[in-house]
This record gives sequence, C-alpha cells and structure tokens, in this order.
Amino acid sequence: MRDLPEAPPLAVEDLTISHRGRPILDGVSFALNRGELCGLIGANGSGKTTLLRAILGLARPDGGQIRFGGGRRGRIGYLPQKVHVDAYMPLRARDVVALGLDGHRIGLPLPSAQRQARVAAALDAVSAEGFADQRVGTLSGGQQQRVFIAHALVRAPDVLLLDEPLASLDPSIAAEIAALLRRISQQMGIAVLLSAHEVNTLVPVMDKVIYLANRHAVAGPVAEVIRSDVLSRLYGHHIDVLNVHGRILVVTAPDAGAGTAHVTLLP
Amino acid sequence: MSFLIQSGFLQSGPVQHALIVGGIAAVVAAVVGVPTLIRGQAFASDALAHVSTAGGALAPLIGVNALTGFVLMALAAGGMLEAVPVRDRAERDLLTGIVLGAGLGLAALFLSLGVTLPGASGATVGVLFGSVFLLGADDLVPALTAGGLALVLLMAFLRPILLAALDPDLARVSGVRLRLTGAVHLACLTLAVGLAAMTVGAILSTALIVTPAATAIALTARPGQSLLVAAGLGLAGTWGGLLIAYDSYVWTNGHAWPASFCIVTALCVLHFGLTGGLSLLRHLRGGKVRR
Repeated sequence: MRDLPEAPPLAVEDLTISHRGRPILDGVSFALNRGELCGLIGANGSGKTTLLRAILGLARPDGGQIRFGGGRRGRIGYLPQKVHVDAYMPLRARDVVALGLDGHRIGLPLPSAQRQARVAAALDAVSAEGFADQRVGTLSGGQQQRVFIAHALVRAPDVLLLDEPLASLDPSIAAEIAALLRRISQQMGIAVLLSAHEVNTLVPVMDKVIYLANRHAVAGPVAEVIRSDVLSRLYGHHIDVLNVHGRILVVTAPDAGAGTAHVTLLP
Repeated sequence: MSFLIQSGFLQSGPVQHALIVGGIAAVVAAVVGVPTLIRGQAFASDALAHVSTAGGALAPLIGVNALTGFVLMALAAGGMLEAVPVRDRAERDLLTGIVLGAGLGLAALFLSLGVTLPGASGATVGVLFGSVFLLGADDLVPALTAGGLALVLLMAFLRPILLAALDPDLARVSGVRLRLTGAVHLACLTLAVGLAAMTVGAILSTALIVTPAATAIALTARPGQSLLVAAGLGLAGTWGGLLIAYDSYVWTNGHAWPASFCIVTALCVLHFGLTGGLSLLRHLRGGKVRR
C-alpha cells in the first residue's frame, strides 16, 4: 500500500474577504509546503495583512477554505507588523520568548529545566543569546525582530506568518533577517509566509511568491509570477517588469488606472 | 534610636492595625501597580482612585464599610471602562477621562451630603486623605480578603496580562482571552485602589499604586523580580511613613503630620533616592550597570 502524500501545512482555497461591504480579496488560492519560504507581495492596501489575519482566525472570510496540515490553527507562529515595546518595560528578551511558550496559560510558571531549554534553543536559533538578558525595549529594530521570531518559533510551529517583518529595517539588516528566515524554514522544516511591499530583499531567499493586486493573487516561483504578461493580467492593464542592475522594478503607465498609476516595488 | 522609634509605637493598638492593614494595602497596590504600568494604564488607575472617592463618601451615608464603598464604586467605574469597546490607547484615555469626570461629580454630591445631612458623620477628610490610625480590628478581615483575592487573581493571570500588554493580536493568536484578562486586571486594580484609599485616602491612593511599581521597573528588568521589589518598596514606604507620622506627634509637640503625607513622601524619597542613585552608578561606571 502506497503512503498518501503529506498534506501541506497551509492551504488556502478560493478565499474571499470583504470589509464593510468593500471586497478586499477574491478567489485567492495557494498552498505552502514544509521548509518553503514564501513572500506575500503587494502594494500597501492590497490585502496582505487581511489575508494573514484570516489565516490566523482574526478576520472572518466570506467564502473559501483555509486548511492546516496538522489540523489545528495552534501550530502557527506569528509576528505582527509592529510590536511597540516601551524601553522601560521590565521584560528581557528571554521573557518575551518564554511568553511565546506559555504566556497564554493561567497560573504561575513553575521553574523547569525543560522550559528554560526550549527558550534557550529558540534564542539560539535566531542568534539572540548575546542580548537575551537585556530589556527588549532597549534593543535595536533588528535585534527585536530576532527576539519576536524566537517568540514565534518557541512552540515549534508548522507555519510561521510574519507581517512586514523587514519594513522598518535598514537594507543590510533586512537582508540578514531574510537569510535567517530562509535558514529557519529549511533547517526546521517550517512553512514560512512573510508579507512585504518590497520584493528585492526576498528574491534571493524565496521559494515561492504570492503576488496580490486588484483583490486577486498569483502564486508560484518568482520567475513565473513576476513577469510582464502575468502581472498585466493580474492588474488588468499593461505592466512592465524591468531588471535594473539585478534588481526588479515593476512599473505601469501613469494613466493606467486609479490606485495603480505607478507601482514600484523598489525603494 | 528612641528618637526614631518613639515609645509605645509597636504596643499601640491603632498603630498595630495601621501597620497590618497599611502593609496589606502597600503590598497589593505595589504588586498590582507593575502590570498596570506595563499596560500603560497609570491614568486609568488614577481615575479609578478618584472615582472611588464617591464610594468612600457614600459608604457612611448608607451605613456600609468604607472599603466596600471604595471597591464597589471603583468596580462600577472599572466595569464601564472594560465594557465600552475602544480601538487604541487614545480612545481609552478619552473614555477614562469621561468616567473620571462623572465619578468626581458623584463624589462632590456625596461629600456634600456627608457634611450637610442631619446626623452626617463628616468623614470627608478621612475619605479624601485617609485615616489609617482610625482603622480597627473590624477592618482586618475585609482587607485580608480583598488583598488576598487581588494577589491570587493577579498571579494566576500574570502571564496572559503581560502577553496582552506586549501585543493584543499576538496574545489572541496564542490563545489569550483578551476581555477576560482585561477584566481580571481591572478587578485586581479596583481592589488595590480600595485598599490604598483606606490607607492614604482616595486622593493619594494613586501614589501607593504607581510610585513603588515605577521604582521597581526602573531597578530591575525581570518581571517576577519587579513584583517582589515593588512589594518591598511599598511596604518600606508605608511602614516608614507610619513611623514618621507617629514620631511627628512628639517632634512637633502634638501637631502630628498626616500619615498619608508621610507615606507618600517616604515613597517618593525612596523612588528618587534609588533611581537617582542608580543613574549616578551607571554614570560612574560608564553606563554598564545591568538592571
């Protein structure tokens, strides 16, 4: 008897979402496999955060299905768009990671070597041991992102969702974090989905891209999705995809239509 | 030594009651204060303290224990703050300001009735500024019950409270029930406000909640440690203030200073002394003191 193929950790089928009567996503479908890193790309307001919130159960879809390979939404790690931590907050980086492990539980946490080991392993996975005992609010943006990625990893998720994790970082730090996520997805076999409005930092690390525009999505390998013909069909008018010094530039004519007069994914 | 501890301090019944009830209030208020500051709810705690004035003023008019009055009014205000949905901290502050205004209006009414009604007790000064040396044995059980309940609830929900303070979406995705967590924290805060108001009065009770917690947060980066440090500082400030208030009767030839003033002053001296000392130490060591 042949083994059945393993179900992907995350599969979205024909997802439709509207907000106060305004359609945001229409018929969005894709699947993420273990160890795959997928970029969710689109301009501001294209529905990236809404899609992530629907996967997390924080936004209610109008139609379609979201399936989890493990069968439970609890196996998802999540990093929100912006976590503001005041510098005075009495929480060390390792406390933030420990809250990812059992912060939802009621009752006093008992000292446990296993708990400490899991927190240490998560900090180690993101190379954050060096600042594990510092107040998290005093860390740099890149260091805080590492801590919150460790927070999301500590419960050994099947799927890791990150909402614009590179948005406020310097390009060199953003590239470091992107490479870190690549390593995590491959070494731990986690399906990683991260949203971004800038594609170039992700190109070297992405296995797959989901491009959102006009409420619809195209998913697939970068070379098959970020192409003039594919994006022109998605936007409904002509789009040029240029390669300038090894970086991708997506442009459209200024009079192509409201909201898409000039689309650029380069800073 | 006898100048610092005047004779009869520990033998006096009113002082013993004040030390016990004041100590319970100090520990509970300081411990509850830490997550309150972490959640950015210092203004809410101040508002609840002021609104509880109305309950403290109403209590003698309807013949109930002052603690009951303080706590019930703070609970009503806290319930309103929790029941009305808000989108962000700015909206919460607006709502808090509205509830504060309404509560102070009620406080003005009940304080006025407390002075003008026939047979009124005239407990205004006690409600506003505390009357810790007038507490009796009857106050011990309610204070212990309220304090114990607040501490048990807070300790049980500490992790969800901290996670929700970090980021509400992060907490929700992890399985934290945000409304329950917020309600439990507000319940603890109202109990702490009631106890603090019994000790230093409704006007000054914020000091018992905010000052030791703020000092502890400045001194240590560990959440568990900050609770213990806050409790120790609250206790030290309250007992030190009670001692100074008792001694001041002798130092000033019978014109004793109010206990609430002495307690709040002791807490502020501890805060500025310790945080100032730490800053100086960091400066001398080139900013390398670990907290």
